[in-house]
Amino acid sequence: MNAPLSLSPLTGNAGRPLAIEAIGLVKRFEGTTAVDGVDLAVPEGAIYGVLGPNGAGKTTTLRILLGIIDPDEGVRRVFGHERPHDIARLIGYLPEERGLYPSMKAVEAIAFLGALRGVPLAEGRKRGLELLEEHGLGHAADRTIRQLSKGMAQTVQLLGTLIHRPRLVVLDEPFSGLDALNQGKLEAMIRRMAADGATVIFSTHVIAHAERLCEGVAIIAGGKVPYAGSVDAARDRIPAQVRLETAAPDGPWRAALPADARHEGRYWLFSLPESGIEPLLRALIEGNAGILSLSIERAGLHDAFVHIAGEAAARALEEASPAEQAR
Amino acid sequence: MSEHTENARLGLAQAAYVVARRDLRAILFSKAFLFFLLGPVFFLLVAGGAASVSQKTVENREPPVLAVSMDPADAAAIEVARNRLQDMVDLPRMERVDTGADPAKVLADRSRNYGGVLTGTLDEPRLTGTPESIERWRGEVALTAGVAKGRGSNYPEVTLQPTATSGASAKRSLVGTATATVTLMFLLTMLLAGMVMSNLVEEKANKIIEILAAAIPMDAVFLGKLFAMLGVSFVGLAVWGGIGGTIMAAGGRSLAELTAPAVGWPVFAALFLVYFAMAYLLIGSIFLTIGAMAPTVRDVQTLSLPATMLQLGVFFLATYATSDLGSPVELAAVAVPFSSPYAMISRAAQQPALWPHFAALAWQALWVLLFVRMGATLFRRRVMKSGPQQPRARRWGRARAAT
Repeated sequence: MNAPLSLSPLTGNAGRPLAIEAIGLVKRFEGTTAVDGVDLAVPEGAIYGVLGPNGAGKTTTLRILLGIIDPDEGVRRVFGHERPHDIARLIGYLPEERGLYPSMKAVEAIAFLGALRGVPLAEGRKRGLELLEEHGLGHAADRTIRQLSKGMAQTVQLLGTLIHRPRLVVLDEPFSGLDALNQGKLEAMIRRMAADGATVIFSTHVIAHAERLCEGVAIIAGGKVPYAGSVDAARDRIPAQVRLETAAPDGPWRAALPADARHEGRYWLFSLPESGIEPLLRALIEGNAGILSLSIERAGLHDAFVHIAGEAAARALEEASPAEQAR
Repeated sequence: MSEHTENARLGLAQAAYVVARRDLRAILFSKAFLFFLLGPVFFLLVAGGAASVSQKTVENREPPVLAVSMDPADAAAIEVARNRLQDMVDLPRMERVDTGADPAKVLADRSRNYGGVLTGTLDEPRLTGTPESIERWRGEVALTAGVAKGRGSNYPEVTLQPTATSGASAKRSLVGTATATVTLMFLLTMLLAGMVMSNLVEEKANKIIEILAAAIPMDAVFLGKLFAMLGVSFVGLAVWGGIGGTIMAAGGRSLAELTAPAVGWPVFAALFLVYFAMAYLLIGSIFLTIGAMAPTVRDVQTLSLPATMLQLGVFFLATYATSDLGSPVELAAVAVPFSSPYAMISRAAQQPALWPHFAALAWQALWVLLFVRMGATLFRRRVMKSGPQQPRARRWGRARAAT
């Protein structure tokens, strides 16, 4: 489970050009290997999640992909370029630790972030005002950042990340610190960006966000990526779970249940056999089990995460923010 | 991919300009800039003290010389008498010059340090020089001439012929100009270097550094910050120059009344700006690199002490060399990149030759390029070294948990 698996292309996306490609990325800091052989392939137009607990290597991986730091080993390509700064105008980045100049006005802050990506200052101010109006913050355009609430400042920074209309948007833990309402707004924004053709990659330690939004995920733990591919393929790593309720408590039909079947309350729980549900149904009927209810539940991303990254990583994920995981 | 690469990034200069423009505006429109503009008030006090000390040093190390332009016999007698008296009385150093030489021309020779010229005879000695020199030497010349005439002779009456200036006083003025300029340049550089060292703390404290690093090359951030502060200093110089000029004009004074630097005021002013820029870029690139590694204001304060010591060392070397042009110390000050701008502006005040400045500027520019390049490289490597900083308590907790 710990060995990095080979890249599995996103289902149904074969032939789509890659916005991001990383092969064998390694980064060490003073003897500690923060990123250890990370492989990634993010197709253009995808919403892609980098999922892992704090300290797993998510931020370092994103920083390498953005060219903020260089890998000690391995190759990264963004839109085919090995030096991401060469195509900086195509990329928007929201770091985990948000930051703006406190004495700058909101509209100026957005324009400055745009200027860093090549948008002329006057054009940046114009677009900044439009974006602020669009997001209900037009009244705050001339307020300094220190006069804004934390949520407003975060929105301003996000708008600054998007002002130059990037083709690739990289968001590091974008949901952290946002209340449920703003998380919902952000999810909508991410979907809109993807609908407009942008590729969005974000890191998160909240499985629910990745499950709701992402077409593909990379599960990262201890600097390694044990899984990178589609969310569906990740969930399919675990057989579907069958929940069976019978009228008869026992009988010859019991022999037909899979070996991992366990009895919890009124239910039998077990993995869907590889042969499918039909042979089992036949045996239950012939054995007069009296089927009261039967449901087949596909594994969630959380179960897939536990299966792929291990119990320890899953515990770390939950410990990071139990409330957020519950959302 | 070609559609993706067209105008897909800012050039280094463009990116540096974006950073510099933001910094420049942020500083110029801040209240702190007013305090920056008040800086010269304190500087003038320090500079005045330093110039005074330096002047005394110059006088002690290189006292003016009395040129003796008498007929050979009298001059020889004066020399013998001085040698006899020198252990008992503090006499001026004397140097024989051509008999009958024009005292005004002798005094105008800036290559020599003549404070006065002794002409006439032993019975009727005549002393030409600046009023303060000849008044000071009057009694000593009478004593020496009296001894030179022989035992039992009366001490002659010395005729005084004051002149407006002398080589020695002109030289003292030029050294004073040089010292004042070096001090001014040092104080300005010190003020700026302190600011540049803490320049990145704002970005680090406000987590903006990562946004900059993701968008543009770190070299551009480095250059932008460096040149923004240079721009701030030029604005400051323009304001201070304007106020100083207005005060002078209001008082009916002009630069023409001051001893002109050897290269003339316009060239001197231009050289001052260029050397100041060089001095700032040399020290600023190092300070910015050091400051980039400091995560907090407290760390910057700790680092600023050795940095200030380095600057003081440079200043003392340059000031020491000011009054001793051509000496090994002065040549060393010219050669050492950090002190070279100071030593050269001092030369500009005292020597008219321009070619050494071209050579020195080329030399300094080479080092500026080298330092900026090295600073930017280190800056790039160190400033975004790892992930977000963890609070110490958390790191400690994790370490304990690991054990």
